[in-house]
Amino acid sequence: MLKVENLQVSYGGIEALKGISFEVPTGKIVTLIGANGAGKTTTLRTISGLIKPKNGAITFEDVSIAGNDAAAIVGRGITLVPEGRRIFPDMTVLENLRIGAYLRKDKLDNDIERVYALFPRLKERSWQLGGTLSGGEQQMLAVGRALMANPKLLMMDEPSLGLAPIIVREIFDIIREVNKQGVTVLLIEQNANMALKTADYAYVMETGRITRSGSGNELLNDPTIKEAYLGTMNEEE
Amino acid sequence: MNNIKHRRQKRILTIVNAALVLAIFVAVFIAEQVLPQTSMLFVVLKKGSIYALIAVSMNLLNGFTGLFSLGQAGFMLIGAYVYGIFTIPEEFRQSVYQYFDGGLIHFTVPIVIALVMAGAAAAIFAALIGLPVLRLKSDYLAIATLGFAEILRALFQWKIIGPVTNGSNLLRKFPNFNDFNIKNADGQVVLYLSTLVPFIVAGVCILLIVLLIRSSYGRAFRAIRDDEIAAEAMGVNLFKHKQLAFVISSFFAGVGGALLAMYQMAIQANAFTSAMTYEILLIVVIGGLGSVTGSCFGSFLFIAASEWWLRGLDSGAFLGINAPGVFRAGFRKVVFAVIIMAVVLFYRKGIMGDSEFSAKRIAERFRRIFMKRKSKIEAVDSIDN
Repeated sequence: MLKVENLQVSYGGIEALKGISFEVPTGKIVTLIGANGAGKTTTLRTISGLIKPKNGAITFEDVSIAGNDAAAIVGRGITLVPEGRRIFPDMTVLENLRIGAYLRKDKLDNDIERVYALFPRLKERSWQLGGTLSGGEQQMLAVGRALMANPKLLMMDEPSLGLAPIIVREIFDIIREVNKQGVTVLLIEQNANMALKTADYAYVMETGRITRSGSGNELLNDPTIKEAYLGTMNEEE
Repeated sequence: MNNIKHRRQKRILTIVNAALVLAIFVAVFIAEQVLPQTSMLFVVLKKGSIYALIAVSMNLLNGFTGLFSLGQAGFMLIGAYVYGIFTIPEEFRQSVYQYFDGGLIHFTVPIVIALVMAGAAAAIFAALIGLPVLRLKSDYLAIATLGFAEILRALFQWKIIGPVTNGSNLLRKFPNFNDFNIKNADGQVVLYLSTLVPFIVAGVCILLIVLLIRSSYGRAFRAIRDDEIAAEAMGVNLFKHKQLAFVISSFFAGVGGALLAMYQMAIQANAFTSAMTYEILLIVVIGGLGSVTGSCFGSFLFIAASEWWLRGLDSGAFLGINAPGVFRAGFRKVVFAVIIMAVVLFYRKGIMGDSEFSAKRIAERFRRIFMKRKSKIEAVDSIDN
């Protein structure tokens, strides 16, 4: 579905991505894991058109989208759940959801119901301002808002950031649920344990390069990965 | 089921809101027929309604889209001049443009068309400077727009374009609000409309802005204000929407400028100073950034206080206190500044915050008071038992 080849991005003189290639097959959950500064967020922001690439190709459903502007890419069916949630604090929950569907011209009632079915808590808070929600609810709102665009590919930038373990589990359950409903997911995580358990396929990023790849389980049991990203498993459980 | 009830409730509230607005217009109409024309009330109502329109247009930009622009006086200037230039009757042109041989333009357009032209000219200028200026953020945007407004002020007084703008001389003798009063054959006024007309024009313009704010465009504007990056990630084209808000805001500032010219009966570029922009910014902030009704209340309060209620502080007697030694010219401004400081201290987010005054709010307020009383009675009952 999405194919990234030899993607290079730099900020001024600093090279953030030094030519990465990976693929996201239709209907799967793919994750990019890595430490801070590995270039994960840059990758997602480049795919969604917020940053222009220096070099390389991005093809989505056999069409090149590298360098397109953000609105065009959302229109093609790729939406981003940005890092740190970034919901609109002074707008109500419902308005936040409606903004997610900004480029759509059709009726939204069914989609709003669909999002409320996924997140019943948002329905209760429908008239509340986004900024008054708790962190976990804001993350749910961010995911719901992205789903309102009716995406084929949902990209999530660290959905577990700053959330309690029990909420993180809830969020990952929902990611699986969304995936079951037919949405392909590209997930970025520092919480490698949770991400690898959820993902069908995973890539490991280090300082702007992809250094390893494999199925989620494969990497989960790999001793070097264990040491670098997972710590000892006992601690996590 | 619930949905239908909700919708019906919404419709009733809309009707009540419309009725409230209509009642205000009727009250203005009646007051104008009954009270003496020299009453200060009409100064406040006329100027207040014009400032309300300009404040709401500025709020669209600063409060709803989050663009800190200070170019309002410049756009008003364009609107005022375009209105004046195209409505001065031919027979007066020779005397108005006395230093420029009767001027260059020798035709007039109807007042309504002149108002639209005033807005359109301001909007076109905004579209032109929007290209470079809207790439800037916050303070830098404010400085750039302020700069453009000052350039306009100087430009319009330039001698070379004098045949059109009358240089640094006054433009006058164009139709003003008093021309809307309906007179009989003897020249006596039978129906006063000079206050109702600015009310209606400003009201229609503000209604258009409110409809825009409530549309999906308005939602996109507020999304940009809240978080630009998230808005962009949702597919909102940042530049296009900022440009749209800027152009529309300028359009209504231009119309407001034309109305102000009608009110003042004379136009001179030098009067459209940055101080005028600050006055409007003050109204917007005190009324509440992001509240249309706040801007409207703010305008009338501001104009009433500065033009009417506090006048006595400058002329010796205030609230029955006679103290010519203290209440001298300029004292009004001191008191006014203190009042503004007090308002800002007690209402941190302006009088209305970012909410609106509406039938729904009143209904909720009443319901809350009622509920509180009810629960208090119940509490007392339970103690008694």
